[in-house]
Amino acid sequence: MTHDFSQEMIEDRESQNQQGNTWREYFSFNTDHKVIGIQYMVMTFIFFLIGGLLAMLIRAELLTPESNLVDRPLYNGLFTMHGTIMIFLWIIPFNAGLSNYLVPLMIGARDMAFPLLNAISFWILPPAGLLLLSSFFLPNGTAQSGWWSYPPISLQVPGDQFINGEFIWIVSLVLIGISSIMGAVNFVTTIFWMRAPGMTFFRMPVFVWSVFSAQLLQLINLPALTAALILLLLDLSFGTQFFKPDENGDPIIYQHLFWFYSHPAVYIMALPAFGIFAEVLPAFSRNPLFGYRSVAIATLGIAAISIFVWVHHMFTSATPGWMRMTFMATSMLVAIPTGIKAFAWTATIWRSKLHLETPMLFAMGGAAMFIFGGVTGVMLAATPFDIHVNNTYFVVGHFHYIVFNTITMAIFAAIYYWFPKITGRMYAEGWGKLHFWLTFIPANITFFSMHPLGLQGMLRRVSSYDPQYQGWNIIASLGSFLLGASTLPFIANIVGSWLYGPKAVDNPWHATGLEWTTSSPPPRDNFEEIPIVTRPPYDYGNPKYSVIVNSDNSE
Amino acid sequence: MQSRHIDESPIRFDLWRQRLPNWLQRFLPSGGGSHEDHHGKGMFGFTVFLLSESIIFLSFIFTYVALRLTTKNWLPPGISGPELSTFVVINTVVLLSSSFIIQPAENALKHNQLSKFRWLWLITIAMGSYFLVGLLIEWKNLDFKITTGLVGSTFYLLTGFHGLHVLAGVVLQIVMLIRSFIPGNYNKTHFGTSATTLFWHFVDVVWVFLFSLLYLWRT
Ligand code: HEM
Ligand SMILES: [Cu+2]
Repeated sequence: MTHDFSQEMIEDRESQNQQGNTWREYFSFNTDHKVIGIQYMVMTFIFFLIGGLLAMLIRAELLTPESNLVDRPLYNGLFTMHGTIMIFLWIIPFNAGLSNYLVPLMIGARDMAFPLLNAISFWILPPAGLLLLSSFFLPNGTAQSGWWSYPPISLQVPGDQFINGEFIWIVSLVLIGISSIMGAVNFVTTIFWMRAPGMTFFRMPVFVWSVFSAQLLQLINLPALTAALILLLLDLSFGTQFFKPDENGDPIIYQHLFWFYSHPAVYIMALPAFGIFAEVLPAFSRNPLFGYRSVAIATLGIAAISIFVWVHHMFTSATPGWMRMTFMATSMLVAIPTGIKAFAWTATIWRSKLHLETPMLFAMGGAAMFIFGGVTGVMLAATPFDIHVNNTYFVVGHFHYIVFNTITMAIFAAIYYWFPKITGRMYAEGWGKLHFWLTFIPANITFFSMHPLGLQGMLRRVSSYDPQYQGWNIIASLGSFLLGASTLPFIANIVGSWLYGPKAVDNPWHATGLEWTTSSPPPRDNFEEIPIVTRPPYDYGNPKYSVIVNSDNSE
Repeated sequence: MQSRHIDESPIRFDLWRQRLPNWLQRFLPSGGGSHEDHHGKGMFGFTVFLLSESIIFLSFIFTYVALRLTTKNWLPPGISGPELSTFVVINTVVLLSSSFIIQPAENALKHNQLSKFRWLWLITIAMGSYFLVGLLIEWKNLDFKITTGLVGSTFYLLTGFHGLHVLAGVVLQIVMLIRSFIPGNYNKTHFGTSATTLFWHFVDVVWVFLFSLLYLWRT
């Protein structure tokens, strides 16, 4: 009996094309970008739930001015792990999963450029995530110095040189970073090389532009974080002195390396969200995206400028005056391309007949929240103001308007919008709307409250506070519990509809993207024939263009 | 059903023996599809990856330069720091000149001159290994350790991280050499050899910078 591997592959493929994927495949090493995309999205959602539970514990502790629910080390561990999980195991990898699913479909490719590398990138994550979580069970608990992990505090860990939460935190973050870099190589190469005939750069959907820009940032900036983490690890466990002030080391260098990545990281998280808005808003207002070219270029522009603003996180780190001035100026420059985007979203839905299905609600809600978070961002970029509110709840309010109210909302918009494509079934609209309102209102209650708290001077990362702050804290905490509850109708809807929802047609929204021209869910190779693209990406209401499928062009 | 299950079990050794070459085929860079398509895409991806790698090196170099410029007593008492000895110079010359050997080797493979490729490739492997052994000897003879002040921290960091890259390069070279002996396979290794060659040039260029910073920049 001979076992020809490639023959097996072909047979596998054929049976998959007929039957679609079975659930088993989602737990296996699979190189199909769609399976990998779903693996990413489901796994990161589980981490989102874990991170959310930690957040509710934090908010429960803050209901009262005293520190009484958890002890201080555990409290420190809670906010450290909450931030780390939400950034590195929810938003960034969720975007990687969504992009994985969509990019090849949107550019008319059969798969990513390096499918095997793609699967490896994903499979690094579950062990890295579990490793991170495992530190809850160490004698001295998890890392405690916040998601920044600034030395020298992060170097003062109790207990063993290696078996400590900080060590584990660093190792899992390096692993996650390696996964992201491999992913970035794959995305950039895919978008460069795998576009279907006729899919010129200026015919790419804005979502693809966003992924491209965000992944370029991963390539250019993430290595700096990896470098910082390696140095921190050497200092922590191998006796070097890079960041130890007592021994001539310089902890500020860590801050530079850290923020050289972590500022652009906010755009690695935000750009795909902007891309989602650019897909959903036109589809539900039946209008072409306003100023498509400017939006595409603004996307690259945001990415480029964001590389040169990191010092605005270090205004209070003994930063020299000339540096503060320079980086204040560059930070404010970001407002220009971002403004172009916000203007384009508004102009797209301006005076159109809106179809307020769930994806549209989430997209409009998220885009509106971005305006608020963007304004507080520009305020923070003003050095004098930042010196005043630095390390207070104002900053926490600012970035939660962005990372939750904007980006997580955008992610929900994406899940509902592409749900029929991914699963071949429709979700329940009523439940979706319920989920939206249960998210939107509590999110604003929770995160708005943080702004007055910060302006009044309440510091972040504290488990006890002055009683004068209790009022807003109670409001924020109650909001957060409601927010936690809002995931229940979401999960019920998604799981229920995936299993029993009514079958969806291939293009339920009558959207123009290439991904809607194939069946739902798409076959293993995405398209029966590789499409030839002859039209711009958002030609809603323009019947003169259509996708032409040329049968001579089957690879 | 039962028997089919056993049949598919990955634990059966004979299946692995048959599958292993196929798996390797897929893991090593040249796997799959036609050569023309994959070469360009692969080299593009690899170049992009090297861009990322260079940022890590730049971050380390930035750390070194920043620390060095702001530290008054760079060398702890009794420590002379890394010396620009003949030994180091020879090591450097060997490493850098290997770039001029590996390039003709790659070209030879492109023109299907298999034995020329193997000889030149083998010489490159030897030169790379020489450099690695030289680095270890240098480390052994130094009067400071990684824990000896910032000079130790930075020196071992930079040479160590670079050394790891040299090691990776040599391993890649050995893999490519072995592949060239698998019948009917050598013509598929073009991507692998091109990528290895590029990586090797990268490692050399990085060394030029590290060498200047570590040995030529006197206090
Ligand atoms: C686009 C999406 C954005 C995201 C995801 C985002 C996210 C964040 C996050 C996570 C932090 C807190 C970091 C920490 O201290 O832990 C932060 C702080 C900050 N953000 Fe944003 N931000 C965004 C937009 C902006 C914009 C447009 C500006 C200015 C033009 C800005 C200016 C700042 C400043 C100055 C701080 C530092 C505040 C301080 O620590 O005192 N942000 N942002
Ligand atoms: Cu920033």
